[in-house]
Amino acid sequence: MKAEVPVQKALPSSLTPQRLVELYRTMLLIRHFEEQCAPAYRQGKMGGYMHVYIGQEAVATGFIAHMRDDDYMVCSYRDHGHALARGSDPRRVMAELFGRYTGVAKGKGGSMHLVDVERGFLGGYGIVGGMVPLAVGVGYGIRYRGGDQVCLCFFGDGAMNIGPVHEALNMAAIYKVPVVFICENNRYAMATPIDFASAVPNLAERARQYGMPTRQIEGMDLLEVYRHAEEIIHHVRTTPEPFFVEVLTYRFEGHGIADNPTNQALYRTKEEVEYWRQRDPIVSAARFLLENGLATESELLEWDAEAKQQALEAVAYADASPEPPLEELYRDVYTDMEVPEWRY
Amino acid sequence: MAVLTYREALRQALTEEMERDPNVFLLGEEIGRYQGTFRVTEGLLQRFGEMRVVDTPISESGIAGMAIGAAMIGLRPVAEFMTFSFALIAADQLVNHAAKILYMFGGQMAVPVVFRGPAGGGAQLSAQHSHSLESWYAHIPGLKVVTPATPADAKGLLKTAIRDDNPVIFMEHAKLYSTRGEVPEGDYTIPFGQAEIKRPGRDVTLIAYSQPVLLALHAAERLAETEGIECEVVDLRSLQPLDMETVLRSVRKTHRAVVVHEDHRNVGFGAEVVARIQEFAFDDLDAPVLRVASADVPIPYARNLERAAFPSEEDIIRAVKRVLA
Repeated sequence: MKAEVPVQKALPSSLTPQRLVELYRTMLLIRHFEEQCAPAYRQGKMGGYMHVYIGQEAVATGFIAHMRDDDYMVCSYRDHGHALARGSDPRRVMAELFGRYTGVAKGKGGSMHLVDVERGFLGGYGIVGGMVPLAVGVGYGIRYRGGDQVCLCFFGDGAMNIGPVHEALNMAAIYKVPVVFICENNRYAMATPIDFASAVPNLAERARQYGMPTRQIEGMDLLEVYRHAEEIIHHVRTTPEPFFVEVLTYRFEGHGIADNPTNQALYRTKEEVEYWRQRDPIVSAARFLLENGLATESELLEWDAEAKQQALEAVAYADASPEPPLEELYRDVYTDMEVPEWRY
Repeated sequence: MAVLTYREALRQALTEEMERDPNVFLLGEEIGRYQGTFRVTEGLLQRFGEMRVVDTPISESGIAGMAIGAAMIGLRPVAEFMTFSFALIAADQLVNHAAKILYMFGGQMAVPVVFRGPAGGGAQLSAQHSHSLESWYAHIPGLKVVTPATPADAKGLLKTAIRDDNPVIFMEHAKLYSTRGEVPEGDYTIPFGQAEIKRPGRDVTLIAYSQPVLLALHAAERLAETEGIECEVVDLRSLQPLDMETVLRSVRKTHRAVVVHEDHRNVGFGAEVVARIQEFAFDDLDAPVLRVASADVPIPYARNLERAAFPSEEDIIRAVKRVLA
C-alpha cells in the first residue's frame, strides 16, 4: 500500500484559509481528546471497550466538513472523532465516556454509542457493519421525502466481511439512495490484517460490483480527503446515487484499550507503526499551513494548547458530572410504557 | 359488521393506515408485483406506488436495517418477513439495533417500525420453515410482541402497531389467513396489553395466543359437550406488554390453568405465564399449571410426525382432564 509523503498542494477553491484552520483545529481537538481517554480509563473513570481515533482524524474531519446542517451520519463504535468533527460538545462526549448523566446519551450508551440527533448524528454502533443497512434506510427516507440531504456512513475494513453490509450495498444501489459509504481501511480488523481477511484486499474494487461509483483515496492527508469528499458528496447529493469510498488510513494506537503494545506486537511491527506515524495527518496539515504562510509557529502552538485545554476541560466537566439517577435504569426501554421492576 | 378473512383484515389495516399517514410504507420480499406471498399486500402496489410498496431482494438483514433506519428519521415502515423463520437472518438488526436504539442513545431516537409476517407451521413446511419463536422476541427488552388470533384482532392490533413509536414484532399465522370473522369497519384499534376472554367458563382457564386460540376454543366446545367441563379461554393477544391481570382474574375464578402455544415447550412463552401465575396466584391454584406446546424436536415433514409434533385438541383435552383430576 502506498502512502507518499504529502507534497505541497494548492488549496481547493472551496476551502478558505480560515476554514482550513478550523478543520486543522478540529483534528487537534480530536487528538487531544483521545489522548485524555487512556489515562482516564486507567484511573477507572471509564469502563467497557474504548476505541480511539488517533491517526485517522483526517477522515472524519475531511468528510464531515462537507455536511450540511440537515444531513445525517452514522458510524461504528470508533466514534469519538466523528462526534467531535460534527460539532458535538466535547464535554458532553467525555461525560458519556465517563458514564455520567450529562453525557450525550445520559450515560446509557458509553464510548461506542455516541449520538447527537440535533446534528443529524444518528449514532455510533457496536456491531461491526450493523449500521450500514441503517444508512440505507436513512437514505431511503431522504428520497421518500424528496429531500436533497445525504447520509454519511462510516465503517471499518472489518465490516467488509460481514454479510449484511453486502445486502445493504446492493440495496443502496437498487434504490439509488443518497448515501456515502466511507470504509475507513486502517488495515486491521482488530488484529486481523485486511490482506489476509479479504480475498480481494482492494475494498473499492470489491464494492465496484454493486453498481455504484467507487474510489480509493489516501486518508492521511486532510486536503486530499477534503478534496475527494467534496466531489463525492456533491455527486451523491445531486445525482442522487450511493458512492463507496475506501479511505486508506491507519490507527496509531491499538484496536481498543486492551490492545496494548505487547498485544499489538502479535500483529504489527514497531517499524510499521513508525512508518505511519511519519504520515501523521496533523503534522502534514501543520506543515502545509506553515509552508503556505497560513499560520505561524506560534499560532500552531497556541491552537495546540487551546485544543488540549478543551480536552482537559471536558475531562474536568465529566468528572464533576453526576451519575445517572437510578430511575434511568427503567427509562427509555419503550417510549410509552413502564417496565416492571422484579425485585423483592 | 363485515365478515372478512384474517388476510383481508390485515390488508384493510395496512390500507387505512397508509391512507391516514403518508409516512407509512411497506417493504419486503414479493410484496409488490407478486402481490405478497400470502396475498396480504394484494393490490397495494397498484394503489400506493412503488415508493410506498417496496419490493426487496432476499436480504432480511438489509430489509430490517433499512426499515429501522427509515424509522429513525421519522418514517413508519412496515417490513414483511415472508415467514418469521427467515427473521432469524435479521436477528442482529431486530435485537441489537431495533430493540436497543431508544435506550442506548438515552431516549432520543424512537424506532417506530413494524415487522410482520406469518409464524408457525402446520402445512408440512418441515424443519426450517415452521418456527414461531415468539419467546425469543418477548425476551428482548425494547420489542413489543403481538400475536392476533382473529380477523378483528388482526386489524385492530396492526393499526395500533403501526401507530406505536416502538419496534413491534407482529406475528401472524399462515393457518389463520383464510379464517373468517366479523371485523369492525373504519378506525378500529385495540390497545396492546389487553387480553380478551374469547370464551367464558368456570372450571379451567385455557391461556393461548395466535392460532392455538382456535384450538383451545374447539377443545373447550368438545369438553363442554361431552364432559360438561366449562373452560374459559383467555387470548393474550400481545405477549409484550402482557396482560397478567386478566389471566390472574380468570385463574382466581377457575383455580386451574393450562397454557397452550405452538412454539416449543422448553423455555417457551408458557413458562413465563406459568411462573407469573404461581408467583401471584399460588394460593388460588388447585392443581399445577400445565403447558400444551410443540414437542421439543425440529418440526418433521411426514404428515403423521408433524401432526404429533404440534399441539392438538386432544392434547388440550387431556391436559384439562389432568388439572381437574
